[in-house]
Amino acid sequence: MTTAAQQIQGAISIRNVTKIYDPEGVHVVAMQDCSFEIAAGEFVAIVGPSGCGKTTLLNAIAGFDTITSGEIHLDGELISSTRKQIKPDVDRMVVFQNGALFPWKTVMENIIYGPVVQGRVKKSAAAGAAREMLSQVGLNGIEDKYPEELSSGVQRRVEILRALINQPKVVMLDEPFRGLDAVAKTVMHEFLMEVFCAAPRTMFFITHDLDEAIFLGNKVVIMTTRPARLKKIVHVNLPWPREHHMLGSEAYLELKREVLEAVHEEAKKAFEAGEREMA
Amino acid sequence: MQRLKEIFTDRQMYRAVLGMLAFVTVWYLLTAVFNLPRFRQIPNPLAVLKEWVSFEPVSGRSLFTGEYYLDIAYSVGRTLIAFSLATVLGVSLGLIMGWNRMFFDFTFPIVEILRPMPPLSWIPLAVLILPGVEIAVIYVTFIAAFFATILNTLLGVFSIDRNYFLAAKCLGSKPKDIFLNVVVPGSLPFIFTGLQIAMGVSWMSLVAGEIISGQRGLGYAIYEGYSLFQYDQVIIYMFTLGILGYISSAGIRAVGRRLMSWEARRRGA
Repeated sequence: MTTAAQQIQGAISIRNVTKIYDPEGVHVVAMQDCSFEIAAGEFVAIVGPSGCGKTTLLNAIAGFDTITSGEIHLDGELISSTRKQIKPDVDRMVVFQNGALFPWKTVMENIIYGPVVQGRVKKSAAAGAAREMLSQVGLNGIEDKYPEELSSGVQRRVEILRALINQPKVVMLDEPFRGLDAVAKTVMHEFLMEVFCAAPRTMFFITHDLDEAIFLGNKVVIMTTRPARLKKIVHVNLPWPREHHMLGSEAYLELKREVLEAVHEEAKKAFEAGEREMA
Repeated sequence: MQRLKEIFTDRQMYRAVLGMLAFVTVWYLLTAVFNLPRFRQIPNPLAVLKEWVSFEPVSGRSLFTGEYYLDIAYSVGRTLIAFSLATVLGVSLGLIMGWNRMFFDFTFPIVEILRPMPPLSWIPLAVLILPGVEIAVIYVTFIAAFFATILNTLLGVFSIDRNYFLAAKCLGSKPKDIFLNVVVPGSLPFIFTGLQIAMGVSWMSLVAGEIISGQRGLGYAIYEGYSLFQYDQVIIYMFTLGILGYISSAGIRAVGRRLMSWEARRRGA
């Protein structure tokens, strides 16, 4: 267990990160002096009012965008600062809000795209691994289908598998289950729980859904309204693997009250700020 | 389900036939029954059909003469050459323009000025610069199709969701991989829309080019028929053009469906 734990990488350190969009012009402060730590192999749920800059942080870690000041470290290595922007790479996978499976590739072609394009393995070996992954989560028989032929729930799972096959240190999910109905969401949560417990790795999970955040997270990071700063971290001490009956437990309800209170404060501020802008 | 589809298709067929019958009836009434002054010289549908299938056509051109097929061969040949060139050059340029910001900045203004120029306005320059009338006609056929293809390919590249590029980068793609796996397939639906338009304007420009400076071909024969009062011939060739245009569009659609099976399946085809 100790050796396995030592192998897990993906510790992220976010230190005084500020992001200003268009500093010369409109000057939107998306994130101000935001700091927190994510341990390797931790499942972190990030919540906060819409448009507060959660995705800004994801973009910086993924290497899609720069930060204005501060530093982000991954496993002790500086990856983003005023002077440095890391490039997107296979150690940090992103699962996008609206889904980014290539519609012109079949499920199989999508999943093996990473390993094949990186030249890590032969196509046939990658296909074997992909088939195994699919059958482990009960999704056999969809290899030759195109994404559009599948329900959005299945699409989301395939996209997560496409990320996981690359064995990334960090998986970042930007509201991946938005727009799914409650039943489909439960299936997603169980799926994510299953793949996470099978091979724990750092999960950076942005969501609006507080139940989802508490159900899945080791900790819930609550951000303030824009400019985003750290509001509060709520540690979730529910046992793993999480099961849906826990959603009724006393411990869970207490956590939910705590998260809700913090989020509500920020939501009110965001609402008032909106009112001011309208006036 | 299968039966439902059959009934639907049958009903569609039935309506299509009715529509055509109505069209031919109006034509017949205007030319053969009412005998309206402006329509007096226009042949009625029966006369046209008779000429079209005649073994000894007055104009020397019918389904049973070599002349007819020679005219078709000339026009189809010119269109094919022009359209193929427009596809190869237009798609490549469009993809590079959409892919490379600097190349786009250099070329887009020129494209936007040249593109609206009517193909026929190129005729004088084409005749002056290019060796031989034949190549000039092909050039005129090519030019509008070329710009339609560039523009649609370019729009195709721009239409690709930014997340596909980001996802491809995360997954470890090099620029070459992104070009082949995101840019090209992602712009295919727009490219094929562009090719449909390109095929349409090719035929249009071809006929105009053949009328003005061509030798042989359908456009030339239409003009010749007009000059020689062979109005049957004019109408036969107009319909021939219509049929060829339809076949070429259907061909492009079929190729598009093959290359974009993901699109077809989305539409439930």
